[in-house]
Amino acid sequence: MTALAKIIRVEAKLFLRDPVGMFFAIAFPALLILVLGLAMPGIREPADELDGRLPLEVYLPITMTLAIATVTMMTLVGVVGSYRERGILRRLSTTPVSPTALLVAQVAVNVAALLVACGLAWLVAATVFDVPPPGNAVGFVLAFTLGASAMCALALLVAAVTPSARASMGVGQLIYFPMMFFAGVWTPGPQMPDLVRKIADFTPLGAASLAVQDAWAGSWPTLLHLAVMVAFTVVLGGLAARYFRWE
Amino acid sequence: MPVIEVRNLRKQYADQVAVADVSLSVDEGEIFGLVGPNGAGKTTTVECIEGLRTADSGTVRVLGLDPRRDRAAVRQKLGIQLQESQLPDRIKVWEVLDLYSSFYPHPADWRALMDELGLGPKRNTVFAKLSGGQKQRLSIALALVGNPSVAILDELTTGLDPQARRDTWELIRHVRDRGVTVLLVTHFMDEAERLCDRLAVVAAGRVVAVDTPRNLIAGAQVPGVERPTLEDAILSLTSARSI
Repeated sequence: MTALAKIIRVEAKLFLRDPVGMFFAIAFPALLILVLGLAMPGIREPADELDGRLPLEVYLPITMTLAIATVTMMTLVGVVGSYRERGILRRLSTTPVSPTALLVAQVAVNVAALLVACGLAWLVAATVFDVPPPGNAVGFVLAFTLGASAMCALALLVAAVTPSARASMGVGQLIYFPMMFFAGVWTPGPQMPDLVRKIADFTPLGAASLAVQDAWAGSWPTLLHLAVMVAFTVVLGGLAARYFRWE
Repeated sequence: MPVIEVRNLRKQYADQVAVADVSLSVDEGEIFGLVGPNGAGKTTTVECIEGLRTADSGTVRVLGLDPRRDRAAVRQKLGIQLQESQLPDRIKVWEVLDLYSSFYPHPADWRALMDELGLGPKRNTVFAKLSGGQKQRLSIALALVGNPSVAILDELTTGLDPQARRDTWELIRHVRDRGVTVLLVTHFMDEAERLCDRLAVVAAGRVVAVDTPRNLIAGAQVPGVERPTLEDAILSLTSARSI
């Protein structure tokens, strides 16, 4: 087995040994759909302002973008920040393996957790509440992948420029909460005010959320949203690579 | 050819000179100690040898290679124990040894190393649950798991109890007997005296003496002390410098 494959395996094991992190990364989105679907009045009734779709059908892609934000801004930022602070990246740099391998492994493990989380949320939505699958599956995969990449790049940049693990976590949370607003967690679909939507278009998670919602509703994500996500991935990822400190 | 060769090394951080002018050479198969007070430049010197820092001037060769330029080749032959470096809380002893051994082309048998360092009974214990001494022994094991030709150990026995220190010295002697050259950074005079073949005494960023512990003691002139110890000898060498 190559060193990278082995690092990924060990990081995956470590991920599974953290019950709190596991809950928020993997179980929370499905649980949120379950609670919303059971408890929120009218969420399972076709709504006129949504052209007869279920509000839950709009909430599912939003929950998935929320999952992207949780895994990147909470888990990934926290682990990478603490690996640097505790000298784990530095120790790795004394071996023939580059510490970059550990970052790659962390991204791989967190993206895998994200896919499982979204799969579970979807499973609950489909089996318990009869939410239909995405209208445009290719558009959905594209929007989701680009959204996750842009947020991973942002997470690595935060971990790169913050001086300590505490600061990484703090900045991660400072970004997390307003981003949920732009992702439409409180104002789903057409309920989002125009001004907020205009700003959301240009934030990585806002663009991801709107693009994923478009694809779920059956159309293609807009070129603007795709371009915004690509731009964030390239620019933030480049800055993270440029400024990352190993110790 | 010396295994480690340092010529006129200089390293400055902002306006503080950490290493002013260090030259030393470590021969094959010896245990070479670097001693001196805190802030003398010992750790910066070994970090330049390890390739973790770039010197401002001077040359460093490890097995004839430049640790910065020939980074990949040096990494395969050099085992490093860092001061104060940790591991993920939830990783188990066997997992980290197995993982790190996979980084090297010709690793040591990590199971044997684990037993040799007395970590066998702790193989399934996670890092956070290890005692200070066990963490230290694991750190030494990681420096040796790649089957290195040269090992650099920074504060080898800090945090170990007297018996564990003696066991660790014995282990390092075994490692040396297998042909590994050892560079040791230490604060402990008993460790320097019993373990090292030769010592470089560093003060204020310079090497003030290089000799065997016995010769350093024999050459010591300490007013008012009839039979000086190694500590007296080194203090008299270094205190003159810091004034």
